[in-house]
Formats: sequence, structure tokens, C-alpha cells
Amino acid sequence: MAKIVSLREAVGELVHDGDTVALEGFTHLIPFAAGHEIIRQQRRELTLVRMTPDLIYDQLIGAGCARKLIFSWGGNPGVGALYRIRDAITRGWPAPLAIEEHSHAELANRYVAGAAGLPFAVLRGSAGTDLPMHTPAVSIVRCPFTGEELTAVAALTPDVTVVHAQRADREGNVQLWGISGVQKEAVLAARRALVTVEELVDELEPVAGEVVLPRFVVTAVAEVPGGAAPSYAHGYYARDNTAYRDWQRISRDRETFAAWLDELQKAEAVGEPGE
Amino acid sequence: MRFTPEEMMTVAAARGLRDGQVVFVGIDLPSRAANLARRLHAPDLVLIYESGTIDTRPDELPLSIGDGVLAETALSVVSVPEIFNYWLQPGRIDVGFLSGAQLDRFANLNTTVIGEYAEPDVRLPGSGGAPEIAASCREVFVVMRHRRRSFVDRVDFVTSFGYGTGPADRALLGLRGAGPVRVITDLGVLEPHPVSAELVLTAVHPGVTVEQVRAETGWTLEVSDELGRTIPPTERELDVLRSLRTVGSP
Repeated sequence: MAKIVSLREAVGELVHDGDTVALEGFTHLIPFAAGHEIIRQQRRELTLVRMTPDLIYDQLIGAGCARKLIFSWGGNPGVGALYRIRDAITRGWPAPLAIEEHSHAELANRYVAGAAGLPFAVLRGSAGTDLPMHTPAVSIVRCPFTGEELTAVAALTPDVTVVHAQRADREGNVQLWGISGVQKEAVLAARRALVTVEELVDELEPVAGEVVLPRFVVTAVAEVPGGAAPSYAHGYYARDNTAYRDWQRISRDRETFAAWLDELQKAEAVGEPGE
Repeated sequence: MRFTPEEMMTVAAARGLRDGQVVFVGIDLPSRAANLARRLHAPDLVLIYESGTIDTRPDELPLSIGDGVLAETALSVVSVPEIFNYWLQPGRIDVGFLSGAQLDRFANLNTTVIGEYAEPDVRLPGSGGAPEIAASCREVFVVMRHRRRSFVDRVDFVTSFGYGTGPADRALLGLRGAGPVRVITDLGVLEPHPVSAELVLTAVHPGVTVEQVRAETGWTLEVSDELGRTIPPTERELDVLRSLRTVGSP
């Protein structure tokens, strides 16, 4: 059953050095506050998984938290590059970064297999492309019924998945809506799940298009209003596109980034202790 | 009315979309062209973005592939595994709309690395949804600025499969979509030769010469016997294009 705790406690208890950690949220509901707390608590040697690393992994990787990145599209959407990730991949700064790279369809299906308790998932894939030869988690399987050759991807089972949602009740049932990305699969594939929410409520009122994560698949919930900013929370606040554009300038240069990191480490973690 | 090469490219790309088609839209140039078409001749164009938004009708252009405006105006929002597994993979999409950092004479696209994969000169964003879009849509349109460094003889890395090394490759690999049927640039339009599958120049935009296009192409570009000239953007096309605003733009 889910515990209601502070973000600091939740990260302290659930995210360990060396873990495979997935922070999911497809443009929407990206768990920025939780990522920042991981930086503050100085986790190291993480294998970070995200379909779109986005600013949050540029920050975690720039801060030296990771040794490996599993991803499928690594840019600042509509703006440009993620320079901290690029610096880590091409120049090993601040630490060497191994990569395991996929298409979106492959990585989404790795979570699907993990969520379903299967060792792999099957898709038609993208025969003829160069990426599978660099990625051991992608192989070929023959259909036992038709003989067709199909793409197989290995299940992904993170030690901990972190997502942000709009609401949870006091028992830790979680509700999110809008673009729901791959969060449900990422949570169900993981051994532990940490969810930050905009608000804790007494009762979850149904919302059209909602995804509900029942309390027995959630390890801990922390109330963190604004915890997805500068990404957005549908029904709560909009994406801060200016912050995404400004990140180019901060990310491009090691010293500017170091100054940003310094500020982050001085700031207190958001979110009050659990009741 | 005066217009820029960029505007000509977007208008030419939009004109290629027919009303009622189902389009899988990438961000930036493809999104701009698809939203222009929907406001002009194709009001019933069905736009699908990989963030899971089906039949979305954004009043402003999204900056990112998963902006709120896409979810708020969608007929339905589904998960990311669902959009790829149930909607793209089985062949329900008429046109996939892609762009890239490099394109070669067989319309293979690179959005992964310039140089070697293990030691890249430039690390690019990577695959995203593109490899499966290129594999599974009935047709693919590519829209890309025409520069010699981007239009190369062979891409450094095949992120998304065009025609590989010739006309037989797609069938041999079991790819079900037709592949890239049109490449729209800011200089003209290229289409695969019906026999060789190599891209040939089939139209030039107003004011552009064949020599100019060849100078910006990294292989010996063949020119179609029936080379067309693109009709300049109409006043209405330009008015609508210029009224398209991106969410949160200054």
C-alpha cells in the first residue's frame, strides 16, 4: 500500500545509487521536482530511462548522477539540443555516459513487456535501419504461426519508476489525465513506484480519459504542487515554453550550467512532509 | 505578394495533403505544413501526433509534440504504446510526415549522428517515432531545407528507411508502406524514379534554377523529363500561413 511521505523521504528511501530509474511523462507531467531532489541527494551511477530525456535528464546527467542513459529521442523539443547530454556522450563530462538507444515504438514496448510480466515484446519494427545493430535489447523473432520475422525487444523493469500526476487520495490511489504517455506501463514494469502529485484529495472524482494507478502498485506518494514545471500539468498549469527556450543558453556552457546547479542545490526541496 | 523560400516549401508541402487523409505529424516543419493544409483545402485532414493525440485541431501550433493544445483539441488521447501499436503499426495512417538532418539519394533519413555512431562528430536527437513512421505509413512525405551538407550521397546513419540501396529493398525487408513518395524542399520537389527508386528533381519553385538545386545536392541529381514549376503561393495561402502562431512564442 502506498505511503504518503515528503519528497525528500521518498527519494531517500526509494532511489539508491546504481539503480535503474525511469522518470516518465511524455512532454506532459514530467517529474521535475523529483528529479531535482535526486540531484540534491547526490545519487550516483544511475541508469536513467526515459523516452525523451528532456531538460530533466540534461540536468541529472550534467549533475553527474548517471552512468548510462536508455532513451529514444534526446532533444529539447521544438528548440534544439540537450548540450549536457551531448557533452557527456561525446566528451565524457562530467562523467562518461553509456547509451542504449531505441525508437519510441521499441522503448514503449520494452515497458509494455515489463508491465505484462513477459520477457520480451514483439513489434513490426523498422527493418533495414542501423540502430538495432548497436542495441543488444533489440533482436529478431520468428512468428510460430505465420513464420514472419518480427522485431523483439527485451522487457524493461526499472528498480524504481517516478511519475507526476494531478491527484492522489489519502490512501495513495493516483489519478492522472491528458497526455498519459507511457506512465502506466513504466509504473507497472517497476519494482518500486514513486508518484508526486499536484494535490492530495479526500476523494478522486472521475475525469474523462483518466488513468488510475491503484494504491497497491504505488510505493509512495508525495504532494508536490508545481512538481512538473516547467513541463505542464493538464488542468493545473501550462508548459513554460520560455523556460524551455532559455535552457539552451544555460545548457550550452559548462560554467553557466554549474551556476544553475549551484542555485538548485541551495534551494530547499519543495513539498511538505506527509500527514 | 513576396514570399520566402521557407514559405514556398511549407505551402508546397501542405498542397500535397488531400482532404480526409490521416496524417502522422512530426514537429516543426511537418506540423506547420499539416496545420496549414487543414486551414486551407483539407478541413477534414486527420492529424495524429505521437504523443497519442488523435484527430487534434490545435488553434495554435504546438512547440513540442505533446503540448497541452494537442490534448485539449483532440477527438481522443491514447497512450504512447497504443499510438504506435494500434494506430501506426497496422497501416491505418495514410501519410507520415518526416524531416531529418541528412537525406540521401534513396531517401534514407538520418536523425541520429553525423560521423561514426561510437564517436560522433555531431550527436543528433535520435529516432523518436520516425523509423516506424517510415516503415508503416502508406506513404511518406519528407520536408527539409535543401542544403548540400544535408542532401548527401549516403547518409552517415540510417535512422529511417527510405529505399535503402535500390528499388527492391523495401519488399525484401517486408516493409509494408510505399516509403517516401515526395521530398519537398525550399528549392523544389524530388520524387523517386519509378524504376531506380533514386530521387529525381520533378519540380523547381519560382525563381529557382536547376543549377541551383544541383549545387545544393551532394549527388549527381537527375532531372525529370517533365520538370514542373511550382505555382507561387497564393495570397490566401500566405495570409493563413503567416497567421499561424506557435504556442507561447514571444
